[in-house]
Amino acid sequence: MTDRPLALDIGLAFLVLGVAVWTIAARDTFAAVVGFVAFGLLLTLVWARLAAPDVAPTEAAIGSGVTGGLLLGASTRLHGTQTPAPGEKPGAILRLAAAALCTVVSAGLAAIVLLLPEPAPTLAPQAATNISATGLGNPVTAVLMAYRAIDTLLETVVLLLALVGVWSLAPDRVWGGFPGPRHHADPDGLLPFMAQLLVPVGLLVGIYIFWVGSVAPGGEFQGATILAAMWVLAMMAGLVDAPAVSRRWLRLLLVAGPAVFFAIGLAGFAMAGAFLAYPEAYAKLLIVTIEVPVTLSIATMLALLVAGPPERALR
Amino acid sequence: MGEATLYGLCGAALVGLGLFGLIVHPQPLRKILAFNLIGGGVFLLFGAIARRGAAAGFGGDPVPQALVITGIVVAFSATALAVALLLRLFQETGQATLHLDG
Repeated sequence: MTDRPLALDIGLAFLVLGVAVWTIAARDTFAAVVGFVAFGLLLTLVWARLAAPDVAPTEAAIGSGVTGGLLLGASTRLHGTQTPAPGEKPGAILRLAAAALCTVVSAGLAAIVLLLPEPAPTLAPQAATNISATGLGNPVTAVLMAYRAIDTLLETVVLLLALVGVWSLAPDRVWGGFPGPRHHADPDGLLPFMAQLLVPVGLLVGIYIFWVGSVAPGGEFQGATILAAMWVLAMMAGLVDAPAVSRRWLRLLLVAGPAVFFAIGLAGFAMAGAFLAYPEAYAKLLIVTIEVPVTLSIATMLALLVAGPPERALR
Repeated sequence: MGEATLYGLCGAALVGLGLFGLIVHPQPLRKILAFNLIGGGVFLLFGAIARRGAAAGFGGDPVPQALVITGIVVAFSATALAVALLLRLFQETGQATLHLDG
């Protein structure tokens, strides 16, 4: 680590802050959301500068891409509700008080950053010593799938619960129906053409990124997001319709990942004496056995979270 | 001051900025956006701490980096649920406001 940050880093930090200020200050909500997408892409560069090549694609794909798409869709639907009702706008005193409070919070966090202990505490040596036991080559994947596998298991459950929450917002008459509006393909349009061109390539890239995650930057979340993005693109271009949420195969696909993860976790009691413990000889095999259904389930959950609650009844 | 400290300070500023937006913006969608800015700031603080923990041939401590990956996905699922709630509110009442007499 160099002692002084490069001009590039200083410029990037100011750019991130500038776009963040725009996201808060912009009058138009749509413009603010566009600012947020740019903010996510700049953060991706920051993650690359912070030597976190596993975080960077997750930020680009989920933090900026999928979240941005979701918020852009919402801001288009809510267009015309932007003017706040009288009495809703905060007064000058509240704004000043809020600014003071936020300055104190930021200053406190900044002081913590400047006063962090030296030498920095780190778990990197422990992660490096035990990595051979997992059969993996990427320390971040080892943390996600072996050392802290329970976090990843619970995360898939959180995604599933969020999706159940979104679905449960459907009005009774369309329950079990198709999510979102039906998009129709314009035969001469650019979007269907792009989708036909991009989706096969994107699927290949997604599967590769998932597979290479065991030894290099990549992994199930990054791969799953790209797969989900390709599905969302195909749905938006009108090439395929979103599946009705009552389909049995869809429900099975959604629970397959968490279920296999949980089952192998329980089998850990018999094989290695603890929940989510892998016997050393089969660690890599078991991790890949978990990762394949988890990737498919996460990709399905992400795409359906973007598609939203059912809006069209089953015929 | 290394790049870890620089981006750590940037993260600290983002948390304050997002908190300000969360308080002063009356529109729910803007609050969701501001909340995501706070999240970005918190993740950057984790990134700074991970970068400082570079050791054993790794560019950063892999444990906080993995936590950030988990965090980004959880933040997205919370955002998706919040947006769905907001759109349903709009569908029911014809307006998207948290104002009680609105």
